[in-house]
Amino acid sequence: MTKITADMVREHGLSDSEYARILELMGREPSMVELGIFSVMWSEHCSYKSTRVHLKKLPTKAPWVIQGPGENAGVIDIGDGDACIFKMESHNHPSFIEPYQGAATGVGGIMRDVFTMGARPIAMMNALRFGEPSHPKTRHLVSGVVSGIGGYGNCMGVPTVGGEVNFHKSYNGNILVNAMCVGLARQDKIFLSAAKGAGNPVVYIGSKTGRDGIHGATMASAEFDDASEEKRPTVQVGDPFTEKLLLEACLELMATDAIIAIQDMGAAGLTSSSAEMGDKGGSGIELDLDKVPQRETNMTAYEMMLSESQERMLAVLKPGREAQAEAIFKKWELDFAVIGVTTDTSRLVVKHKGKIEADMPITALSDAAPVYERPYKERAALTGEPSFDKKKNALESLKTILASPDMASRRWIWEQYDHTVMSDTVQVPGGDAAVVRIHGTNKALAITTDVTPRYCRPDPFEGGKQAVAEAWRNLTAVGATPLAVTDNLNYGNPQKPEIMWEIVAGIDGIGAACRALDFPVIGGNCSLYNETNGEGILPTPAIGGVGLMKDVSKMATVGFKRDGDVIILIGETKGHLGQSIYLREIEGREEGAAPKVDLGLEKKNGDFVRGLIEAGRVDTVHDVSDGGLLVAIAEMALPRGIGANVGIAALPDAIPFWFGEDQARYVIAAPFAEAEKIVAEARAAFITVAELGKTGGDRLILDDRSSVGIASLKDGFEGWFPNFMSGEEIPVKN
Amino acid sequence: MKARVFITLKNGVLDPQGKAIGHALNGLGFGSVGEVRQGKVIDLELSGTDQDKAKEELKAMCEKLLANTVIEKYEIEIK
Amino acid sequence: MKSAVIVFPASNCDRDAKVALEEMTGKTPAMVWHQDSSLPDVDLVVLPGGFSYGDYLRCGAMASQSNVMREVKRHADKGGKVLGICNGFQVLTESHLLPGALMRNAALKFVCKPVGLEVSETQSAFTRKYENGQRVTFPVAHGEGSYFADEETLDRLEGENRVAFRYAKGENPNGSARDIAGILSEKRNVLGLMPHPERVVDKVLGGTDGRALFQSLIENLT
Repeated sequence: MTKITADMVREHGLSDSEYARILELMGREPSMVELGIFSVMWSEHCSYKSTRVHLKKLPTKAPWVIQGPGENAGVIDIGDGDACIFKMESHNHPSFIEPYQGAATGVGGIMRDVFTMGARPIAMMNALRFGEPSHPKTRHLVSGVVSGIGGYGNCMGVPTVGGEVNFHKSYNGNILVNAMCVGLARQDKIFLSAAKGAGNPVVYIGSKTGRDGIHGATMASAEFDDASEEKRPTVQVGDPFTEKLLLEACLELMATDAIIAIQDMGAAGLTSSSAEMGDKGGSGIELDLDKVPQRETNMTAYEMMLSESQERMLAVLKPGREAQAEAIFKKWELDFAVIGVTTDTSRLVVKHKGKIEADMPITALSDAAPVYERPYKERAALTGEPSFDKKKNALESLKTILASPDMASRRWIWEQYDHTVMSDTVQVPGGDAAVVRIHGTNKALAITTDVTPRYCRPDPFEGGKQAVAEAWRNLTAVGATPLAVTDNLNYGNPQKPEIMWEIVAGIDGIGAACRALDFPVIGGNCSLYNETNGEGILPTPAIGGVGLMKDVSKMATVGFKRDGDVIILIGETKGHLGQSIYLREIEGREEGAAPKVDLGLEKKNGDFVRGLIEAGRVDTVHDVSDGGLLVAIAEMALPRGIGANVGIAALPDAIPFWFGEDQARYVIAAPFAEAEKIVAEARAAFITVAELGKTGGDRLILDDRSSVGIASLKDGFEGWFPNFMSGEEIPVKN
Repeated sequence: MKARVFITLKNGVLDPQGKAIGHALNGLGFGSVGEVRQGKVIDLELSGTDQDKAKEELKAMCEKLLANTVIEKYEIEIK
Repeated sequence: MKSAVIVFPASNCDRDAKVALEEMTGKTPAMVWHQDSSLPDVDLVVLPGGFSYGDYLRCGAMASQSNVMREVKRHADKGGKVLGICNGFQVLTESHLLPGALMRNAALKFVCKPVGLEVSETQSAFTRKYENGQRVTFPVAHGEGSYFADEETLDRLEGENRVAFRYAKGENPNGSARDIAGILSEKRNVLGLMPHPERVVDKVLGGTDGRALFQSLIENLT
């Protein structure tokens, strides 16, 4: 047997104390295969060892939560026996190394997480962060990631209905690709991963195993250095055609009652799927690797256990149902093999070529995995009111902001995604939230992803709160009742106390907001070590939110619809310019405190607005977020080219009023008679409300004094992305 | 026996991908690059040793599936 | 009107086609698997959108060789109606049921958006409920939809009034020759088009311009 050296331990990403613990748990020196298994199962990616103690503090329960964190994805009750299953997951490091394949396999992986639970995926979202536009790699990365997401999702026939994109220099060497999948199942047909009972066949389905992505899970748990760009062989290649067949075959098998447990082979492939299934079922698993379908010759046990070949699943069947299952997979021309059996030993046993390559207690990989309470240290808070030039022209600034990288239209991206396949997309990308009808009903799901990383660096706690609040607000703005979230926590190196503080405070902020808004966390993913050469990313806890609409015909959209509607602002405006888009794009500074989120106000204002939409009284709503009030109004004018005349009497300072990023605000537009009633009702409910003006014409007029044509705003808004990308290199279709 | 099939667009069929490659190469400073046409290569392993027979068979494969003769032409190489 | 929808591996608009046919005809179409070697007795066969066989090699190439396509050809030879949408259109050209070929979009990118079309031929079982020259909006969603044929074929298609749909002026999303979006076979019983009429039969989804295509077929076939 190979002697394990200190170098080998280090190459596997294990610390000395972790290795000492392995020796203790095993009672002997591990084999190479066992060391490999420990390294992936104890990696940050699989074990959540730095975040676990903090994640426990998140609220995960509500009467409508069927399955919280811990399974492949979370599940909520959406009435009528239907369940919505969703999750968001990162594929950051692979996407930086090979953007097309990294993003594509990220999409494939999150889809498997959802359909392995019995759901048909009905919508995809993605939250993307790239380096500054002027960075030489940015254009190539945007192009590759977008075509990778499209290439996989379009082929699967699942609409990609929205997402968000930011550019910031902190992502220059470490982009973020977070993909979210939302699926639909019947509540009595949900599949879990607990491999209960002994003597049941363990079956392998999907693609053959090759040497792809060996040690991807440990790669996702280590910082980048310039040399990692050379590590290309570890990048997996996606095959959406096979995944589409796997989806249909799995759903066909799931319609029978042959399955006890099923789990996709994601990071750390066969190792994590078998260990997690055994762990959750309280059973042991014995695998015979000679039976694993193999794409390459002479693969070792080590390679097979750690391979991250895509489009594979592991299932435990009821005894005697193998032939029935095999017939389904043969029909779909997929590999199917019985590769093992469940046991009552609680051990993971791996055999290959007549030899036992691994024999270890499964609890050593799960319960006994290390958990760290890493030290954290608060960074001095950024405070104070930033200064600004009071003489700047508001409409000129508006024009600049609408044509800036973070604010310009994302049409260039979402027109590359099939967002209408499945014929249920009621609200396409570009609105506050995507809306997808529940097939064959009048109900719909609203979906959004949100986080404002520039708030999270100065104030991780308020930033975490704000990410949740904005998701809740976006769902509310289309008329949906927010139900639950998935979180994708992207941070730097947790072994640095200031980064660990960002993580802890961020989770606390998310928890506080989720509790106050009755918006539980039902699953998620952590991506740490997002650093290159010691430079961390902005803390980016992306929140994916899902809400329910009982009557999709009442849905509100952003665009003004009629001339003469009264424009109403709900919520209080103090004019918070700290960390605002205005300050960054117009004054060129990233300064000041992040805006505070008053969760009570969020709830009060949001519930009021949602009530108006649900009652069919309002069809035009937009939440006020990045860029502030004037940007929100312009975004409402752009879709149909309907202008507005807005202003407010006795304004102390125009710039903070129009561009401040105070939270808990919405702009609505309604015909005069309805608007008068709404204003009166808001006042009666002690909700801050203001009439800003009226819709009409083809210009945006400010204070009856100055104006700008909607068409010229649109040129800048729609123009930035295609202009930026026009120098792109050739997109590669793989 | 190993065979290689080259599939390229017929002359006169617009090749936007080739054009974009040419443009990119010029942009990278390779000023000598004129027209670029791209295509694909398919490597096949065949049983048997009769090269003439293999050639016939490969021709049939190209006509039936590997190339779309409305827009593509093909060349066969046997090693 | 009785109809069938062919399901190739990785077809993905098969359900959309089924739902649209159900909505329009009140009858559930037969879903026919690509390996089947017979077709049920139907008036209309739909080849749906998607990525048959992953669109590996060439879009529609491998699907055109499947068992069921022999039967679809026989159905078409007998004068039966065949409608190919998006990937279905690609399968029809690869099967030589329609002339020409569909190539990669000129901008080299997948494109999904509503596109303005002109109904340029109403003398067909697929388009008679439209007005000649009527402007309609269907979504497109494809990476390889640039219609190509040699000049002689294009002249013939136009001369024989077989261009059923054209992209409206300035709306050509893919570089198709002569703005061609959909064409008829010589016997006018096969229609292939890149835009998706089946995605615009429901008002909630932002349009109903596709309904007249199905109504034309229903009127013709019942």
